[in-house]
Amino acid sequence: MTFLSYLISGISLGSVYAIIALGYTMVYGIAKMLNFAHGDVIMVGAYISFCATSYLGLSPLVSVVLAILVCTVLGIVIERLAYKPLRQAPALAVLITAIGVSYFLQNAALLIWKSDPKTFSAVAGGSIKLFGGELTISAVTIVTVVSCIVIMVGLTLFTGHTKMGTAMRAVSEDKGAAQLMGINVNTTISVTFAIGSGLAAIAGVLLCSAYPTLMPTTGSMPGIKAFTAAVFGGIGSIPGAMLGGILLGVIEIFSKAYISTQLSDAIVFAVLIVVLLVKPDGLLGKHVSEKV
Amino acid sequence: MRKALSMLLAAAMCTSLLAGCGGSSDTGAADNTADSAADGASTSAAGGVFKLGGTGPLTGAAAIYGNAAKNGAQIAVDEINAEGGAIQFELKYEDDEHDAEKAVNAYNALKDWGMQISLGSVTSKPCEATAAETFADRIFALTPSASSVAVTADKDNMYQMCFADPNQGTASAQYIADQKLGSKIAVIYKNDDVYSSGIYEKFKAEADAKGLEIVSATTFTDASANDFSVQLGEAKSAGADLLFLPMYYQPASLILKQAHDMGYAPKFFGVDGMDGILTLEGFDTSLAEGVMLLTPFNADAEDEKTKSFVEKYKSQFGDVPNQFAADAYDCVYAYKAALEQAGCTADMSAEELCDKLIEAFSSLTFDGLTGETMTWTDGAVSKEPKGMMIQNGAYVGM
Repeated sequence: MTFLSYLISGISLGSVYAIIALGYTMVYGIAKMLNFAHGDVIMVGAYISFCATSYLGLSPLVSVVLAILVCTVLGIVIERLAYKPLRQAPALAVLITAIGVSYFLQNAALLIWKSDPKTFSAVAGGSIKLFGGELTISAVTIVTVVSCIVIMVGLTLFTGHTKMGTAMRAVSEDKGAAQLMGINVNTTISVTFAIGSGLAAIAGVLLCSAYPTLMPTTGSMPGIKAFTAAVFGGIGSIPGAMLGGILLGVIEIFSKAYISTQLSDAIVFAVLIVVLLVKPDGLLGKHVSEKV
Repeated sequence: MRKALSMLLAAAMCTSLLAGCGGSSDTGAADNTADSAADGASTSAAGGVFKLGGTGPLTGAAAIYGNAAKNGAQIAVDEINAEGGAIQFELKYEDDEHDAEKAVNAYNALKDWGMQISLGSVTSKPCEATAAETFADRIFALTPSASSVAVTADKDNMYQMCFADPNQGTASAQYIADQKLGSKIAVIYKNDDVYSSGIYEKFKAEADAKGLEIVSATTFTDASANDFSVQLGEAKSAGADLLFLPMYYQPASLILKQAHDMGYAPKFFGVDGMDGILTLEGFDTSLAEGVMLLTPFNADAEDEKTKSFVEKYKSQFGDVPNQFAADAYDCVYAYKAALEQAGCTADMSAEELCDKLIEAFSSLTFDGLTGETMTWTDGAVSKEPKGMMIQNGAYVGM
């Protein structure tokens, strides 16, 4: 029974990682850049939702929609201002810029919302008790897992079966060739960022519903863990992000529970290293050989 | 043509920038030397105003502490200045965001401002960094609330107004044993934080001595400060009836919520870092109902001093002061007492003041908001911690 309850904790932590990892992997898969500011867009999304419910008195659902809108716009603006001018620059320059954007967002949030932590009220309350109360599954966990699956399926369908999705895959394979085929590379990448940031808003609300302290640095640690999850599952692969996220959460909880709370992070990363040694592209990553 | 022009402009800008830098740093240095030279001679011009500086997290995760300390100290300074006695203070707080590196920068800014005596830093990690600086620079420092032992260790001019971590850990274990609050104890502590792990070590030693059984001791770090289901699960399955939480209020608020969600309701026992949980925005204070903590200050106390302090704090800052505010308030008054005892004047250099204050504090007995007849040995204060319990969203003495 304790095993089951730890498994549930692991899945609930993992589903939060997974939903963040989906955004990372989406942007990486198409734009081929690591958007380290993703974790901070999550934080902005959570703050927007917090303000909408606490200060404006809106319902949680409306606040989520509002957060998605704000984050989508924010994502497009960030892409236009910070990343677009660097389209031809080396990947390292873009990476550093992303870190800069991350700090910018954190400090802007510090100025706007101040530093004292706020307690986020969950968008979904209540929990299901099984086996006479020995097992508790919170509604937030269920909502997170379900949204994760919905988003994963939605994204897979979108990239596989729509015109924009096809364009995205083309851009991801070869920007230059895609442009020659008449695909507007800039618009495609902007749309990718818009979707990624919209997902970040959802992730932010769910993250803070599960773990309700909200600070300007709230997004950074889960962001790094989720990035790890995306690499674990195979960065660029949408189902891989979900698998990686959930596995990471479960491994983290199990190593805390059965080995040591002191070593849990070390164990998580040791597993990651082993996986990457055996399968360098991650669990579900596709190996693309470079043609010279 | 355009290129040449822009080059010229850029060159002009560079030189003016350079000139600007050189100029300002020159005058800065000149000011400093002039100050220290003048300090010896023309003193009455300063009017007996001591420059008192401190760093603390005015923003960041621990901002509640920094702002409370700053506000508390400000009230004391305002009171003393309004009285118009011989000793007057000028107070300046710089933000360190609870970060050791930023604290040193903040400390340097205070030094440039001309700080003569220091309030150290508000939180432990930054204060360890600034204590090394004040020790090297021979500036006397009395921290309101940085409670780790390393803050005062091997430094003759670093003093604490709060009780040190070992004292908190030891006192907590003694309190739990004496009041028979629990027999099976679980501890969750933050092992990447000297404050939390320091308290835990001393708590464990004293608990063993007192025959308390620690059935579960689990940890978390900055990177895993979200999910406590495992730690709580372990405590629950080990049958712990009291959960000791030597940590700050922010992770503690998550623990209280997650324990509530899983239907685990042991007694919760915190330390001074728990102070602040009731003012956390959006926090459901009913979760903290029955939480016990050791703190030297009770805002509901009936004595005149406390009442007037709480009144002033409420009217100026709109909040009930916590112990950080009270500690900082006491710091300023302790300084006043020590400066009077040692016969210091504001024209003395920081180094002279340092020597005089070290002497004064070794024999000083001080009554404040946070304790009576406080004395100091090796920088550590001796005073009695008081047990508090949260009832109906307020602290009540136990």
